[in-house]
Amino acid sequence: MTNITVSTSDLSRSYGTRTAVHDIGFELRQGEVLGLLGPNGAGKTTTLQMLAGCLAPSAGRIEICGIDLLERPREAKALLGFLPETPPLYRDLTVDEYLRFAARLHHVPKAGIPAALERTKRRCGLADTGKRLIGSLSKGFQQRVGIAQAIVHNPRVVILDEPTVGLDPIQIREIRTLIRELGGKHSVILSTHILTEVESVCDRIQIMDRGQLVFGGDFAQLKQAHPEQAGLEEVFIHLTQQEEQA
Amino acid sequence: MIFTIAAKELKTLFASPLAWIILAVLQCLLAWFFLGQVDAFLAVQPQLAALANPPGVTELIVTPLFGIAAMILLMVVPPLSMRLIAEERRNQTMALLLSAPVSITEIILGKFLGLMAFLALFIGLTTLMSFSLYGGATLDLGLLAGNILGLVLLAASFAALGLYISSLTAHPIVAAIGTLGAFLGLWVVDISARDPDSLLHYLSLLKHFESFNRGVIATADAAYFTLFTVLFLVLAVRRLDRDRL
Repeated sequence: MTNITVSTSDLSRSYGTRTAVHDIGFELRQGEVLGLLGPNGAGKTTTLQMLAGCLAPSAGRIEICGIDLLERPREAKALLGFLPETPPLYRDLTVDEYLRFAARLHHVPKAGIPAALERTKRRCGLADTGKRLIGSLSKGFQQRVGIAQAIVHNPRVVILDEPTVGLDPIQIREIRTLIRELGGKHSVILSTHILTEVESVCDRIQIMDRGQLVFGGDFAQLKQAHPEQAGLEEVFIHLTQQEEQA
Repeated sequence: MIFTIAAKELKTLFASPLAWIILAVLQCLLAWFFLGQVDAFLAVQPQLAALANPPGVTELIVTPLFGIAAMILLMVVPPLSMRLIAEERRNQTMALLLSAPVSITEIILGKFLGLMAFLALFIGLTTLMSFSLYGGATLDLGLLAGNILGLVLLAASFAALGLYISSLTAHPIVAAIGTLGAFLGLWVVDISARDPDSLLHYLSLLKHFESFNRGVIATADAAYFTLFTVLFLVLAVRRLDRDRL
């Protein structure tokens, strides 16, 4: 069994004549946390939506644990958990009802649901909120419910689109700890434009700019490739502005 | 999987006051109308007894009751069907369903069945109201069955068309108005066609329901409703599928 969980090649997506993502290819191994970095409009969200099967690529391949996402979407998606930019929450349901629905959707057997709910709520710090309506929760808790939804079925790959946006510093720290924990068993891809976040939780980084990958690798490689820059921030600015001048 | 989605739709409906209010208000209106029909029946009963082959209680009370129920369905489905997909788009919750290991067909069928379950509840209540006549009369069960079947088929057609229109937009209100317009249009499309064999007559929902309402279960009418339902469900699947492309 291979331990490569996500593999993409030549992934492209255009909206009409505008190309949002162009020829992206990368691999992710089990247990790794991959940070997708880039300025606004770089194509991060589009890339993640394609990986999650919400958006069909214009060209290219996506494999989740060796299963082609486009040819066998049902099996591939069963291995995925996805938190989009806006958490897909039904405000009229309680946290328990919502997570139960998410678990059923992802084929968690009926008998295993109470345990899955219990485990997920504990991990996300939602233990006491099960009976509350999602609509009445604060933004931070809603974000946690969004993450809980993505991991309730214990997927091999977790995709998080800007998971810490709009949270207070304590919540951000808690979510980052959670992401690190997730990285132990699952593979995690997260997108962000907060550089410190990447430095604190990610094993590897991919920097995107205007739909293209401008760097991919771990921190050592980053340092090697750009010895003249002092840190991630300088490299990031260097890479994304260089493109602008070109 | 279909049933998981259907159960969730039904639960969401009852989580808001909308479903309860609709059921309560409709039940009041129908009961009022029913009472009026019973009164009218009691008033003409002596004259009926003098007729050689008088119409029965089913024809005089149940048939108009189901006729009204059909009109009510026409007005009730749009506010229920409008949210099915439009609201998910608006709240950006569609990603949950799209990233889950379910097909678009399962999503659409689940939503359709969820709405149908609610409408079946309404039809069930209407049927129960008719059965209350058993206290003092015997019912023509064949006629009643024809009416129930007609109403279920009509509800399915409405739900399918409403679901399709909901899939076209991200604004629930636009979907509701569009759906109501489409229903009314299909209801009265034959109004200007004099020739009873014209195509417009064939398209009219009302014409096809009328035969069920009279107790005639014709394959052509059943086929019309079935095809209508399937057509719009398929269109909704295609529309939703296009969102990914």
